[in-house]
Amino acid sequence: MVKPDLVSHLVSGLRVAAIRLPSDVARALAQAQAREDTPRAQSELATVLAAVDVACAGSVPLCQDTGIPTFFVEAGERSPHLSLLREAIPAAVHRATREVPLRPNSVDPFSGRNPDDNSGRGLPPIDWQLVPGDDVRIHLRLKGGGSDNVSALCMLPPNAGLAGVKDAVVDHVVASAGNPCPPTIVAVGIGGGSALCLRLAERTLWRAVGERHPDARAAALEEELLALVNETGLGPMGLGGRTTALDVHVEYAFRHPASLPVGILLQCWAARRATVRVDRRGKVEVV
Amino acid sequence: MTDEEARSLRVGDVLHVSGRLFTARDSAHRLLAGLIERGERPPFEPVPDVVYHSGPLAVREGTGWRVLSAGPTSSTRLDPFAPALIAGLGLRLLIGKGGMGERTEQALEECGAAYAHSTGGAGALAARAITEVEGVFWLEELGMPEAVWLLRVRRFGPLLVAIDSAGGNLYREVAQQVETQRRAITERIG
Repeated sequence: MVKPDLVSHLVSGLRVAAIRLPSDVARALAQAQAREDTPRAQSELATVLAAVDVACAGSVPLCQDTGIPTFFVEAGERSPHLSLLREAIPAAVHRATREVPLRPNSVDPFSGRNPDDNSGRGLPPIDWQLVPGDDVRIHLRLKGGGSDNVSALCMLPPNAGLAGVKDAVVDHVVASAGNPCPPTIVAVGIGGGSALCLRLAERTLWRAVGERHPDARAAALEEELLALVNETGLGPMGLGGRTTALDVHVEYAFRHPASLPVGILLQCWAARRATVRVDRRGKVEVV
Repeated sequence: MTDEEARSLRVGDVLHVSGRLFTARDSAHRLLAGLIERGERPPFEPVPDVVYHSGPLAVREGTGWRVLSAGPTSSTRLDPFAPALIAGLGLRLLIGKGGMGERTEQALEECGAAYAHSTGGAGALAARAITEVEGVFWLEELGMPEAVWLLRVRRFGPLLVAIDSAGGNLYREVAQQVETQRRAITERIG
């Protein structure tokens, strides 16, 4: 039975994401602590790393804000299991809300009522992408509201060029100050259009810290932006220091001649994510 | 916390708080400010003099509750109502993250209160200092994150005083340094 198995693996994925910070992120935080040279920045990162340990040891959610559980499905077009996903994903969110638990965060925008189970019209958000092959990879993430609140869409004039993109990113990180819980992972989507640049940025949130874009130009931009953002001195929690971002991830698409869209998302240091894979035979695993 | 203790807090001081506090976020701030304006009292008495900008993740345990994770939320959203709460409820310490605006800063100065930073995202660690949930208010109406949680804490912290009643503001200090750096970066980018 793939379906009950899939739901329970998705619940496991949500549990792992809520409790255990991915090792690439934890490693980057530890390296950042070693790099900081003021007691204040060191103390913020020490508290962060202590919380990571406490969450793991006690099997409790690292951050109380488990966000709106959000999914990105890379759906192999020849997978025989695609029809299960549409129901399995909301079912898993419902169960995980009780079992992990996740904080019930969904609110009716008209009445202000919270149904107490993370359900509601339009939720959970699922971004579908058809890919070649017969594997399905369901990426999930839990991003707090504080870091989502500082998302930005900049429709730059094309003549602003790459310098304009760099300026927009640095300005946005500075303006967001301590609100997104730095050190952040900065996600930048370039081109494509207003909606697509934000979606491109969002899809980078599943990348590991330290992973570079396969395109050398995008990879160079990632490294340059990381250096610039860290030069601002905003630091951990916006209280000053060398580590404002753990990494910058860039994704891009070709643009319209009249537009240079840039979408910027700031992922808090508690970058909670996991991936569940379903192979052709229906074997499910949290990877 | 005594009036004198609150007034003597200075930017850069590191604190651990023991005693009672209550959580309040956006909706609770709006409701509490409304009560204060009408001359009414909150449904929980005595009102602690420490407010924590947080929406805990809690589970029912027996007849009560246990908080699993409870880090701070961004305080800036609470700016419109914070002055009313500081004056109306006699608050001496506000705990949150990211800092607050000028209106709140002014209210802190006038009432001799302070704002302390708690490390964002570190909810599992913060929850360990919560020894008891005394009560939860407006849970039905507002849901878990937005309800008011009345908590008893022991050595809750470390908290960093970031805005004090003498006009000190750590966020402003950092923002000025960062702005200088940003200008230099912008010039170099061209």
